Amino acid sequence: MTAGRVTGKALVYLALVVGAAFCFLPVFWLVRSSVMTLGDIFKYPPIVWPARVHWQNFADAMQASPFLLYFRNTMIVVVPNVVGSLLTASMSAYGLSRFRFPLRNFWFALVLGAIILPPAVVLIPQFLLWSNLHLVNTFLPLIVPVWFGGGAFNVFLLRQFFLTIPKDFDDAARMDGASYWRIYWQIMIPFIQPALIAVGLFQFLFAWNDFFSPLIYLSSKETYTLAIGLRFFIGSYATFWNNLMAASLIVIVPPVIVFLIGQRYFVEGVTLTGIKG
Amino acid sequence: MARGACMPAARRSGGPEGGGMRRRHLHAEALEAIAGYLFASPVILGLLIWVIAPMIGVVLISLTDWNVLTAPHWVGIRNYVKLFTTDLYFWNTLKVTAYFVVLNVVCTTIYSLVVAMLLNQRIRGRSIYRSIFYMPTIVPVVASSALWLWLFNADFGLFNLLLQGVGLHKSLWISSQTTVVPSIVIMSVWGGAGNTIVIFLAALQGVPRQLLEAVEIDGGNWWHRFRAITLPMISPVTFFNVVTGLIASFTIFTQSYVMTGGGPNNASLFYVLLLYREGFQRNNIGGAAALSWVLIVIVSLLSLLIFRTSRQWVYYEGGNG
Repeated sequence: MTAGRVTGKALVYLALVVGAAFCFLPVFWLVRSSVMTLGDIFKYPPIVWPARVHWQNFADAMQASPFLLYFRNTMIVVVPNVVGSLLTASMSAYGLSRFRFPLRNFWFALVLGAIILPPAVVLIPQFLLWSNLHLVNTFLPLIVPVWFGGGAFNVFLLRQFFLTIPKDFDDAARMDGASYWRIYWQIMIPFIQPALIAVGLFQFLFAWNDFFSPLIYLSSKETYTLAIGLRFFIGSYATFWNNLMAASLIVIVPPVIVFLIGQRYFVEGVTLTGIKG
Repeated sequence: MARGACMPAARRSGGPEGGGMRRRHLHAEALEAIAGYLFASPVILGLLIWVIAPMIGVVLISLTDWNVLTAPHWVGIRNYVKLFTTDLYFWNTLKVTAYFVVLNVVCTTIYSLVVAMLLNQRIRGRSIYRSIFYMPTIVPVVASSALWLWLFNADFGLFNLLLQGVGLHKSLWISSQTTVVPSIVIMSVWGGAGNTIVIFLAALQGVPRQLLEAVEIDGGNWWHRFRAITLPMISPVTFFNVVTGLIASFTIFTQSYVMTGGGPNNASLFYVLLLYREGFQRNNIGGAAALSWVLIVIVSLLSLLIFRTSRQWVYYEGGNG
């Protein structure tokens, strides 16, 4: 290695460390603040880590706001979201990628258009629809639409994946007398499993993190999800930074665990959409 | 797209076509079409019910004075005229949103590309770095809004402590009209770059090594390699990232709703926040619908603009982009 290469390498590592610090420091500050007393938090010069870890903040946060109820509500929304998107997005993508039928490209173009469409645009009429059905402040507005294709983005991702499977598989199975449903269920689903896991993870995160729709549709404490519950916690406890950080951590930990478990599939899923898009 | 080309070949392989065969063939084709529609029916119905019908609905509602309390009246294009002429917030909101969108897309794209190029080097602990850079993307936006409220805190927030630590002046961050948008951009780069980094990284790994080596043999340095090979090779992916980034940035909502409420002095009153305020806090359903329709037009025009100009700067392998 020449001297130039050594400095180059050192610069790369230096830049990486700076960037990683930018990403990591806020998270560290969150964890640190969530285990400190208010007295420790407002000390100057600041202390990096408390002498005694103050777990009480989590109990205080849970006491101040019914986070267990919010957790239950979030799961009531998240689980049907994941199941609905896995089933209907894979069916739709299978239909759009492996069958010839009139207007197929037209429908696929609409799917692409729907990816670009900001959800806020169709918010007003959708809200009026649910309001006329007297289903506002139930979980249905957050669940039912997902069972119609599971999101245009997911359909697109799975279609890209279906296109990589040779058509011979279908033809051979048809020769053997397999029905289209059996081909879908017994041949295609195992094939696209990695992409399905990615879709499931995306939908889990999306539903867990979603703020806009629950804000619009859920209007009483009994139906709040964690995201909405946390927003009202911010409103009432904005000066109790230690409790607020503990509450935030409660909301953050589940998706982070899911991410760490499914990391590989995340990367594959994201890559697939970006590169082939 | 390559798969579409080989489909007619599969169709032709049906064998010699006598009268009975042709009928059976037609039958099989009809069966396939029906099955295809059945399988695709969830997304087709979904598009009709949740996208197309509401988009028509938005147009109709935007032509009324609907305010929930009284029956709606037909007012023609009055909502639009009001928006563009007398509305107190509309132009300011467009300006503020455009400022955020441009700054955010430029910063996120450059940051992501730099990080992806760093991760593309032969380094130790690459997967750990990749996880660290992706992690903020996982954090729910409400939670990161709570966190960044705390980080931006004027007296005890991390950032001002750091500034003081190195002997600089404190900043007001989100509490000042001039720094609120750049502050939210910093937060958005932190929380929004994960996917862009992963996509850039995959694109960089697809750049052919022999091309880079050819530049090296000709005596080019890393900048020549980047300029002549890497940048053109990854331009389709850059294009994808810019389009998705633009649209996502244009619909920013949660950060300003939770952290600033649109302030100070409407300096972070982003478009969707204005739409939400009109529709759900002031019950001006007609006005909010007009805002929705203008948003559709803006996003479509932006996408079209980028698609149109993409031919000049996006390089497609095979040259028939």
